[in-house]
Amino acid sequence: MAFEENSKRIMANASTFGWDLQKLVPGKLFFLDAQPSPDLIQAGDFDLNGMLAVLDAKVRAMGARRIVFDSLDMLLNLLDTATQQREANRLNEWIMKKEITAILTGKVEQEAGNNTGQYQNTFMPFMTDAVVELNHRIVDGVSQRVLRLKKFRGSSFSENESPYVIGSRGFEVAEVSSFMANAVKVTKERVSSGVERLDTMLGGGYYRGASILITGAPGTAKSTLSGAFTQAACARGERALFVSFDSAPAEIIRNLESVNIRLKRYERSGQLRLVAARAGSFNSEIHYLRIKNLAQEHQARCLVVDPISALGKQGNELTSQNVLERLLDWTKAVGITLVCTSLLGGNAPEAEGSAMQISTNVDTWIHLNYLVRAGERNRALTIVKSRGTGHSNQVRELVLKDSGISLTDVYTVGGEVFMGTMRWEKEEAALSDKKIQEALAVRKLTSLKLAEAELEVRAKAVQVELEATRQEKAFLAVSDRQTVTDSADRVSQVRLLRGADRFPKGRQRRPGSKP
Amino acid sequence: MKTNGNFIFKLYVTGEAPNSIRAIGNLNDLCRDHLAGHHEIEIVDLLRDPQKALEDEVLLTPTLVKLSPKPVRKIIGNLNDMAAVLKAIGLEAFRNEK
Repeated sequence: MAFEENSKRIMANASTFGWDLQKLVPGKLFFLDAQPSPDLIQAGDFDLNGMLAVLDAKVRAMGARRIVFDSLDMLLNLLDTATQQREANRLNEWIMKKEITAILTGKVEQEAGNNTGQYQNTFMPFMTDAVVELNHRIVDGVSQRVLRLKKFRGSSFSENESPYVIGSRGFEVAEVSSFMANAVKVTKERVSSGVERLDTMLGGGYYRGASILITGAPGTAKSTLSGAFTQAACARGERALFVSFDSAPAEIIRNLESVNIRLKRYERSGQLRLVAARAGSFNSEIHYLRIKNLAQEHQARCLVVDPISALGKQGNELTSQNVLERLLDWTKAVGITLVCTSLLGGNAPEAEGSAMQISTNVDTWIHLNYLVRAGERNRALTIVKSRGTGHSNQVRELVLKDSGISLTDVYTVGGEVFMGTMRWEKEEAALSDKKIQEALAVRKLTSLKLAEAELEVRAKAVQVELEATRQEKAFLAVSDRQTVTDSADRVSQVRLLRGADRFPKGRQRRPGSKP
Repeated sequence: MKTNGNFIFKLYVTGEAPNSIRAIGNLNDLCRDHLAGHHEIEIVDLLRDPQKALEDEVLLTPTLVKLSPKPVRKIIGNLNDMAAVLKAIGLEAFRNEK
């Protein structure tokens, strides 16, 4: 029964949420337009008997189990207060007799600054079994809708306000739970942060399904680290969603390319979805639901929200905090690894507390800050906490180069941290020291080799000399013997030649024998 | 019988409900005091004939519809407020003349 808007408009409005009521109309759904005519003249008391007679017949005819009285107040307000109550009771009795579930809607007068409105028909909440109060308010210029279960007979229920959103998927109520999601998938699987050394510092990377917060001052490479994580996810073949409240997708891709993080190919293949949003345009609740819907649509396993502090910009602090808790709970429950960044200056994040207290809820918290010394500003990375993983307590320098991101040891001397050029100088000094030592060693070796070679040569020369001396000695002995023989032979030879002797027969005469 | 000058009324009621009984009484009084027989009254009991309510777009009871003379007027209530009824059906001036 429509007392305010007519059925045509109700159906048109419902269709914008994708509910095709028209389709149900002949058999399943019946609209009764009951808007009081503006020309209606009232002369005395009236009652709902006629309406109930009509409904009675209709309910019986179609076997209806549900009935909606939309804006019943439009009708009741035609009556004085006492009569209103009488007719409301009549309606109530009829509903109970028919054993039909009825939804009655009505307005409340909203007072500024008061959460609970004043009912126009004060008896209505007492009459019904359950009361759901919808509230729409503007906080800091941003619209916020909240729902509260005020009464629910025969059942325990959460009495707190829950934000809700009317979007393209219809009516979505944020599930506010005071307990952690029970269905959390706990895994020991690690996923890479995209920076090899950071993985090592974390004892193998982030946990799958964990939430990671990266805080830091502007320009400390929060987005870059998120980008590295995204690239690593895509490289593993996982689907990723990157929500940025800072830059347009094309800008993100270009900026990350400068440090050799290449996301374009993954965006083209559809594996990665980059979404840019403006923080101010909606309240945190709508942002949360949009992110959730996008992640579900994209079937993302890895999610980046950069920066998550954008969610806290609008609306009241409490709601934002609530939204963040739910985002963390939800990603954990479905096993999505969440990396979010938050703007946070200063060198002692734990002392300042993190934006919106999110840091207490995340599993891993990495803080980036600048260390300014000797006229330089260098990026330092600290793992503030990382649940369930052993992690390095070292501050490391984050170095961004064309070739990529790397983490470098910092020099700590006498409690001072050296980074950037000072670190480089230190390294260089150490390096040149080493080089000199090496050079000296080489020189020494060479000279020893030379000495060795010289000695070897000398040894060879001596050997040769020795040989020569021996040969000379041997020669000397031979030539002595030869000299004696030669002279005897020569004498006999001369005799023969002179013919003084005959030549002996068969054999030569012995020298010195008489002819 | 639709005669020029005659008042034609349709009164929608629900059985023996107090407001319905009162409305019938009030309408009879009105016709007797002001119309002196120049009228026709049809009473529709929605408990017996609920379909009529949908056809004629009458949901609240009692409802008096003045079909003639034109314009058609719809008056809800038990008609206790006679001055309002007379004004609505255009009999206020007539009564004053009388």
